[in-house]
Amino acid sequence: MSVFFLRRVLTLVATLFAASLIIFLVLDALPGNAAQMLMGADASPDAVRALTVKLGLDQPLTVRYLLWIEGMAVGDLGNSYVYGTPVAGLIAERLVLTIPLAIMSMLITVVLALAAGIYTAANHNKLGDVGVMSLTQVGIALPNFWFAILLILLFSVKLQLLSAGGFAGWDDGIWPGIRSLLLPAISLAVVQAAILARVTRSAVLEVLREDFVRTARAKGLGKREVLWRHVLRNAMIPVMTVMGLQFANLLAGTIVIENVFYLPGLGRLIFQSIANRDLIVVRNCVMLLAAMVVTVNFVVDMLYAFIDPRIKVSNL
Amino acid sequence: MSDAPLIEVKDLGVRLNTSRGPAQAVRGVSFALRRGETLGLVGESGCGKSVTALALMGLLPESAVVSGSIRLDGAELVGLPDAAYCKLRGNRISMIFQEPMTALNPMHTIGHQVAEPLRRHTGISAAEAQQEAIALLDRVGLPDAAKRIDAYPHQFSGGQRQRITIAMALACQPDVLIADEPTTALDVTIQGQILDLIASLVEERGMSMILISHDLGVIAENVDRMMVMYGGTVVESGATDAVFRRMGHPYTQGLFRARPRLGARKGTRLKTIAGTVPELADLPAGCTFADRCAIVEARCRAALPAVVDVGAAHGVRCIRTDVSMAAGGSSA
Repeated sequence: MSVFFLRRVLTLVATLFAASLIIFLVLDALPGNAAQMLMGADASPDAVRALTVKLGLDQPLTVRYLLWIEGMAVGDLGNSYVYGTPVAGLIAERLVLTIPLAIMSMLITVVLALAAGIYTAANHNKLGDVGVMSLTQVGIALPNFWFAILLILLFSVKLQLLSAGGFAGWDDGIWPGIRSLLLPAISLAVVQAAILARVTRSAVLEVLREDFVRTARAKGLGKREVLWRHVLRNAMIPVMTVMGLQFANLLAGTIVIENVFYLPGLGRLIFQSIANRDLIVVRNCVMLLAAMVVTVNFVVDMLYAFIDPRIKVSNL
Repeated sequence: MSDAPLIEVKDLGVRLNTSRGPAQAVRGVSFALRRGETLGLVGESGCGKSVTALALMGLLPESAVVSGSIRLDGAELVGLPDAAYCKLRGNRISMIFQEPMTALNPMHTIGHQVAEPLRRHTGISAAEAQQEAIALLDRVGLPDAAKRIDAYPHQFSGGQRQRITIAMALACQPDVLIADEPTTALDVTIQGQILDLIASLVEERGMSMILISHDLGVIAENVDRMMVMYGGTVVESGATDAVFRRMGHPYTQGLFRARPRLGARKGTRLKTIAGTVPELADLPAGCTFADRCAIVEARCRAALPAVVDVGAAHGVRCIRTDVSMAAGGSSA
């Protein structure tokens, strides 16, 4: 276990390092001077130069990179070019929306996908299987922003059950916040759930063909017992792998969905910062997204070892 | 041993839905097995011997159509609902499979897997089941059973894993043990040990055994009676020594001649049976062996031959036994 763990931690650190380098270089290579952009085309060259120095943009590339890394280590991400307030604070106030949104939508995805995947595999080639699989085919083809608009039309305009946008915050308790994130979470979850359901179905079907399933049946276990006790744990490895990959898609999806629902989340912050050329915010947000994705996949790797006894031993 | 048969199979037929259309995988299989008796099923792959075993276990795919009758202690098993069958499987009828490497769940400890049928059928506590599992694993000769009870299947060799599956099959003291090619996937040196273990357990517990093998040597040494299957039908059946003394069916004779032999003169070609096994989806109308038989006649192809008694309880499904048994019948 320890060698496995250590190797995964090293991979995690190396990946984060590579991500930070790429993010920094790509944003730095963008044409145009940030100071010039901020002050407008009519600004005097002196004023632009002064702002350039003030923002530290006159320093060499390596120095600026190292300052950024050092800042991340101590939690000081610098100030937004546009708002002048600390980037860390800007991100933190957006995360109270985006993290619950991501968790809710991942939960909805997993529940829907496992239920549909297990149901269809257990009823392979029967009417229910064909029906649910056709639905997932539609789900995969749905653009999430368009589905979000349909949800708004149904639940907000027609039934008037949920608000069409905006975030209630967490000050009045947990429910108003969750209610305002429900439609965005569902819109994000549907496509992901459709894909994950198909993965779950094929993973379960594959395990159902294994010899040990027949052995379990020969012991006198019923089909359902075999499914729950013997099949699911074996089928979870591919399902979890895809789940980890989907988390990245989900975060990318928040950028669009938060705009559809006027939610002041991380995705909307990134969108606005790109529009405003607030590159220091963009850089830190993108780094944070990368770190979240890498961490989730690290956790998935750890879970493999937890689920499958063969992984621990083969790496000891 | 009582006279009433423990297992009585009458005119068993199995129709499978294969990718090439429906196939009559087994037809007209009948036999009876008393408590403590052993029966061997021998034949090439695809001859229907494993399908017969799975029919006895009630483990055929849902799309399979089973006809005829299988009685365990007089109770009909064909058409039994799965929930009722589950009470028999692993309890009164057990099965050992061919592939020990894949027959165990890689995610569960061996102790858990051996204890599982006990927990399922006897309702004893987890701790008692664990103790019983250790005793069973000891009995099948797994070294350090008590220490290794929490180990996982991948930590054992093929032979050890087959011992574990045997312990699992025996957990509830079944009346009938079906062993489907239990040694085919194992090293030759291990094969003998496993067969000896199975034989001693069968004797010790008074079980009836159905041993399935493609290996005539394994059949000859381990069972009282044997059935030779070809193309889904039993072509010859009888007491093992009687069949080996006077083989009546051209297929049995061919199978016997096709054994590789030690001490054969160098350069001697291994005898084979000409032709290939027919597809179950398109079996010939008459004798299933007609296309490969050396003494085939036109009337062999007209209808499936009836079983001819050629000795005490020794039956051969061939209409030309007068020729086959005159020419090569004494080849053993």
